[in-house]
Amino acid sequence: MVTPTPIIEARNLVMRFPSVVAVDGVSLAIAQGECFGLLGPNGAGKTTTIEILEGILVPTSGTPLFRGQPLGKEFHAEAGIQFQSTALQDFLTVRETIELFRQLYNRLPSIERVVEECALGELLDRDARKLSGGQRQRLLLAIALVNDPSVLFLDEPTTGLDPQSRRNFWDLVDTIKKRNKTIIMTTHYMEEAYVLCDRIAIMDHGKIIAEGAPDQLLKHHYEDVILQLPQADFPPSLADLEHKVLENQQLVEIATTDVNATILRLTEQRVPLNHLRIRPRNLEDLFLELTGRELRT
Amino acid sequence: MIARILAILKARNLEFIRDRSSMVWAIVVPFVLVFGLGIIFSGGDSSQFTVAVLDDASSVDTQAHPYYATRFIEFVPVEDSAEAIKKVGRHQFDLLFEREPVARYWVNPESPTGYLAERLLLQADPAAVREAVTGEAVRYVDWLVPGILGMNMMFACLFGVGYVVVRYRKNGFLKRLRATPLSAFEFITAQALSRLMLVLAVQTFVFFGVKLFLDISMEGSYLALLTVALLGCSALLALALVIAARINSEEVAAGVLNICTFPMMMLSGVFFSLEAAPRWLQNLANALPLTQILAAARAIMIDGAGFAGVWPQLAALLGMTAVFLAVGAALFRWRFV
Repeated sequence: MVTPTPIIEARNLVMRFPSVVAVDGVSLAIAQGECFGLLGPNGAGKTTTIEILEGILVPTSGTPLFRGQPLGKEFHAEAGIQFQSTALQDFLTVRETIELFRQLYNRLPSIERVVEECALGELLDRDARKLSGGQRQRLLLAIALVNDPSVLFLDEPTTGLDPQSRRNFWDLVDTIKKRNKTIIMTTHYMEEAYVLCDRIAIMDHGKIIAEGAPDQLLKHHYEDVILQLPQADFPPSLADLEHKVLENQQLVEIATTDVNATILRLTEQRVPLNHLRIRPRNLEDLFLELTGRELRT
Repeated sequence: MIARILAILKARNLEFIRDRSSMVWAIVVPFVLVFGLGIIFSGGDSSQFTVAVLDDASSVDTQAHPYYATRFIEFVPVEDSAEAIKKVGRHQFDLLFEREPVARYWVNPESPTGYLAERLLLQADPAAVREAVTGEAVRYVDWLVPGILGMNMMFACLFGVGYVVVRYRKNGFLKRLRATPLSAFEFITAQALSRLMLVLAVQTFVFFGVKLFLDISMEGSYLALLTVALLGCSALLALALVIAARINSEEVAAGVLNICTFPMMMLSGVFFSLEAAPRWLQNLANALPLTQILAAARAIMIDGAGFAGVWPQLAALLGMTAVFLAVGAALFRWRFV
C-alpha cells in the first residue's frame, strides 16, 4: 500500500538568529485533513516553525514542502493563514476587508460562506477597527478562509480572548475540520490543543520533544491519576505518598495508580474528602515532566 | 495580476479618501501656501537689485568695473546671453551688463527696478551702451505656483508611499499580504498607482483653483505639463520606495524622509531661484528630482516651452525613476525584522 504524500512536510528545519537558534532540527509530516498542534511555552520556537511552514520565513537550513514540493505559488494559493497578530488596512469595513483579500486569489469563491461560517453577517458594514477581540479574530479567520484553503495555519488564534469567545472559536475550527481541511496551529492552551488537535508536537528550545495523539502521549507516559486535596487537609503522616504541593493554589496533588488504595489510606488518617478531586493526567503535566518548566512561562 | 493590483489600489484609495484629516491636509496646505506667499511677496519688488553679468570670470571682481563696486546690487555671472536677455524681459533680472569688448547693457524700460539699476550703472559708466528689451514681468505668484505644487507633490509622494509602506511593515499588514499570492511587484505597483492617481487629482484641483483665483500664467501646453507631473510623480514615488524598502520604524522613516525633502525644498527653487548660488550648488540641485520638475514646469507655464524645450528634464526624470525603481525593487523586504 502506498503511503499518501503528506500535505505539509518539513525536513530538519534549522533557523538561526544572531543570538539564538530558534528552530533546531525540526522534522514534521502532516497528513491531509489532520489537525496538528504545535505546543510550547513562549520562546519555544513554535511561531518561527509555523512561519517557516507558511513560507513567511526562509530557514537557515532544511526544507518545508507542500504536497512534496517546495513552497511556491500553488502553496500560497491553497494556504490560509491567521497570524498571531495582524493589522488590517485602516478605514475599511468588514465586508471590504474580506473582499480585498478575496480578490488577491485567482479562485474567487463567494464570501457568503465565510461570512456565515465566521458569524460576521451582522458586522459586514462595521469599520474593522471597531470590532471586539473575539469579532476581530473571527474576521481574521474569515480572511484566512477566503480562498477556501486546503491547509489552514492558526498561530495562537485564541490568545487574549475571553473564555466564551475562545470556546466559540473552537466551534468554528471544529466546523472547518469537518470539511476535511488540514489545520496546523500553535497554542499554549493545553485544553485547546486537547480539544482540537488530532496530533500534537511539544516544542522546547527549538526542538520537538514529544509528538503524537494527545491521548496516546498521555497513555504512553502515565498510568497514574492525580488526587487533589486542600493543603490544609493533608496530614504530615502521609508524606510517604508521592505528592506535590501547589503553594499558589494551596493544594496537594497525589499521584497514584491505585485510587482505591490511596483513598483508603486517606480515610484511615481521617482526612476529610469533601474537597477531594480526581483528575487525569494532562498535557501540562507531560510538558512539565519532559522539560521541567511550566508551560505558560 | 491586474485584479490583485486593482484590489490593493482600491483599498488604498478608500483608506486615503476616508482619512479626512489627510485628505484636507493634502488639499488645503498648497492653497494656503500659494495664497499666503503670493500675498506676502506681491506687495512690492525686492529692494535689492539683481544684475546679470556676462563676464568670463566666475565671480564678479569689484576692481574690474566701477559698477561692480555698487552696494546693494547682487551681481550674478551668467553664460547664456539669450536666456539672460529673456529674463530681463520678464523682470527676473533687473539688468544684464556686459563689460567687454564694449560696455553695454540690456534693460526692460517698463521695469521700475530696471530703471533704478540703469541709473546706477550710468553714474558708474556714462558711456555704457543701452539695448532695450521688451516683455511683461513675471509675477512672483506665477513663479511660485509651480514651486508650491511641486513641493506638495514631493511631500505627497514621499510620505504617502514611503511612510505608509513602513507603517504597513511595522504593524504586520505587509506580512499578512505576503501570505497571499500577491507579489512584491504587484503590491508596489498598486501603491504607486494609487498615490499617482490621488496626487494628480489633488494637483489638478489645486492648479485650476489657483488659476481661477489668481489668474496664473500658463503659456505652454497642458499635455506637456501633465507629462512633467506624471514623470515627476513617478520619480518621487520610486524614491519613496527606495526609502521604504527596508526601514522598520516610522520614526526612522520620518527622519530619512525629512533628510530627503528638506534639501529639495531648499535647493530645488521652490520659493526662491538659485540663480545666484555657486555653480557647485546648482549642479547638486540638478541631481534632485524636484529641481527637474520645477525647471520643466516653469518653462512650460511661464516661458511657453513645449516638449522640445523640456526634454532634458523629462529624460532626467525618466532616468531617475528607472534607477530608483531598480534599487527599490532590489532592496524591498516584506517583513518587519
